[in-house]
Amino acid sequence: MKILVLMKQTFDTETKISLDANGKIDEAGVNFVVNPYCEFAVEEALRIKERLGAGEVTVLSVGPERAETSIRQCLAMGADKGVLVNTGGLEGGDEFTTAQIVAKAIEKVEYDIILAGFQAVDDGSAQVAPRVAELLGIPQVTVITKLELEDGKAIATREIDDGVEIIEVALPAIFTAQQGLAEPRYPSMKGIMQAKKKPMERYSLADLGLDAGLVGTDGAKVKIVELSLPTPRKGGKIVEGEPAEAAQKVVQLLRSEAKVI
Amino acid sequence: MAGVWVFADHRGGSFRKVIFEMLGEGRKIANQLGEDLTAVLLGKDVAALTGTLAEYGADKVIVAEDSSLAAYTTDAFAKVTSDLIKEYQPSIVLFAHNAIGKDLAPVVAQKIGAGQVSDVIQVIYGDQLAFRRPIYAGKAFTNVVFNAKPMIATIRAKMFEPVEPQAGRSAEVVSASVSVSDIRQVIRDVVRKASGRVELTEADIVVSGGRGMKSGENFKILEELADLLGAAVGASRAAVDEGWRESQYQVGQTGKVVSPSLYIACGISGAIQHLAGMGSSKVIVAVNKDPEAEIFKVADYGIVGDLFEVVPILTQEFKKILAE
Ligand SMILES: Cc1cc2nc3c(=O)[nH]c(=O)nc-3n(C[C@H](O)[C@H](O)[C@H](O)COP(=O)(O)OP(=O)(O)OC[C@H]3O[C@@H](n4cnc5c(N)ncnc54)[C@H](O)[C@@H]3O)c2cc1C
Ligand SMILES: Nc1ncnc2c1ncn2[C@@H]1O[C@H](COP(=O)(O)O)[C@@H](O)[C@H]1O
Repeated sequence: MKILVLMKQTFDTETKISLDANGKIDEAGVNFVVNPYCEFAVEEALRIKERLGAGEVTVLSVGPERAETSIRQCLAMGADKGVLVNTGGLEGGDEFTTAQIVAKAIEKVEYDIILAGFQAVDDGSAQVAPRVAELLGIPQVTVITKLELEDGKAIATREIDDGVEIIEVALPAIFTAQQGLAEPRYPSMKGIMQAKKKPMERYSLADLGLDAGLVGTDGAKVKIVELSLPTPRKGGKIVEGEPAEAAQKVVQLLRSEAKVI
Repeated sequence: MAGVWVFADHRGGSFRKVIFEMLGEGRKIANQLGEDLTAVLLGKDVAALTGTLAEYGADKVIVAEDSSLAAYTTDAFAKVTSDLIKEYQPSIVLFAHNAIGKDLAPVVAQKIGAGQVSDVIQVIYGDQLAFRRPIYAGKAFTNVVFNAKPMIATIRAKMFEPVEPQAGRSAEVVSASVSVSDIRQVIRDVVRKASGRVELTEADIVVSGGRGMKSGENFKILEELADLLGAAVGASRAAVDEGWRESQYQVGQTGKVVSPSLYIACGISGAIQHLAGMGSSKVIVAVNKDPEAEIFKVADYGIVGDLFEVVPILTQEFKKILAE
């Protein structure tokens, strides 16, 4: 079983976001990590391989050079091989252009099944994997919390607003991971050492032979015109008094002052 | 290209509030563009639902009925929706940012080669429509414009106002022909976990518990409070990880994003990932025994104390005030 994981490197969720002098997100001092939803996907891929006792897990990421550290992190968890498509310096892309690049890069990889995160915690757009499924012409099941494989097909548990659906699809197919699919392991010391020597294929956009009109600003279908930070909440108000008294006051304030009850 | 479309997904013969919210904002977009507002309804035996869509402002309802659309599958719905878009060429299509919209919209967008803006919380009306959306789980916002039409957007619940429904208002109903051949997703089972409570993301009040609840059993005191207020019960990731609540009730960066008018956090420390999921609530009440807890920095009303003492008193006091 050849398992391909699509991985995006993102900011650590602990990061406090600030803007730099140009009004862009300030990346200085930011800790970059594997997108948590992609981490669930990597873990599931490793478990599939372990269950079957055979197979190969490839982790593919499209991004700047620094994305290599996150691919290595996945290799340290136990993935076998990395693929990095370097887009360093390319600006102005969107989910459409990312999907074009990912789909083109997948031509270089053999796969029976593809796992992705259901969304990236930075852009939160939940688009790239479904777009890739469409570009590759394979079916998708999104936001899954369980995956079982039977000869040539998969049975996935998909989270819906008021419960779950159990969906069967033939392979190859794309599945996107929700929290709960598989709790990621920590890499072992041995894993970290081995990761340094595991194979990493690198491609530039030119290597992929992608039409320049499909990437960056030229290919993008949408454009960010403004970036802003939220106005900080005016919280921080402790209602004084013994707990019982404070609780009583709060309920009254919710009616008289906040008017939400 | 012309027309503002709202994809009206439904469940068991009824619409969630977000559909009416989309029709409300869709009306404003339609007025701005000088175009009609159309609701798109897919399913089997759904004709009876068109009236409601008209009452909430749709000028036109496109109905696609077929046995292949009886239950949602990506393939059938994406095929029919993208065929309709190709035929009628609307300017913009709004989907809810819910289980169906998130699954469907990007496939439709890709099929027609369109861009998509996800999880929109505000539409900005200028020379060109711009769409405001959170990034980094609400730690920043972007305004996004489209380079081309049709525009595809998914809309977050509770961010837009529905119009007052007008009883008896009618809309032009158009039946669409459906051609679906290959559905690769086979639904084996659907398990609905009805809690009997309002859905987390649609709730006006959310009562959440964290590790401070100490057990799943103890959530009973939150449920009592929630049921009194008609609220949903949420949880921190710690409470979910402990197995006290199911993951679909998790609030935060890797859970649901909620924006109720009132959020009551009990025994939750206020980690940055939790704040990402509830920071846009109108009013936040926090109950925590640690006066230094981060949650107090965002709380409009903080109560320092033992939640097992405070929550029952809150319930009692709410009871009194609601009886007035
Ligand atoms: C990638 C990633 C994603 C994450 N996503 C999420 C997410 O989506 N949602 C989320 O919530 N977290 C998320 N987290 C976890 C987050 O960092 C915190 O660990 C979690 O929110 C803590 O939950 P808690 O506040 O319930 O528990 P704790 O931090 O342990 O806090 C418990 C609080 O209860 C108080 N308390 C204890 N007993 C009582 C009592 N009797 N009365 C009153 N107060 C009491 C304590 O003072 C304490 O403040 C994520 C973390 C990571 C790394
Ligand atoms: N640059 C990328 N490289 C590889 N995979 C990506 C990339 N961007 C997004 N993905 C995949 O698509 C998922 C959803 O991302 P998004 O659509 O950006 O929310 C991620 O969890 C990844 O699995």
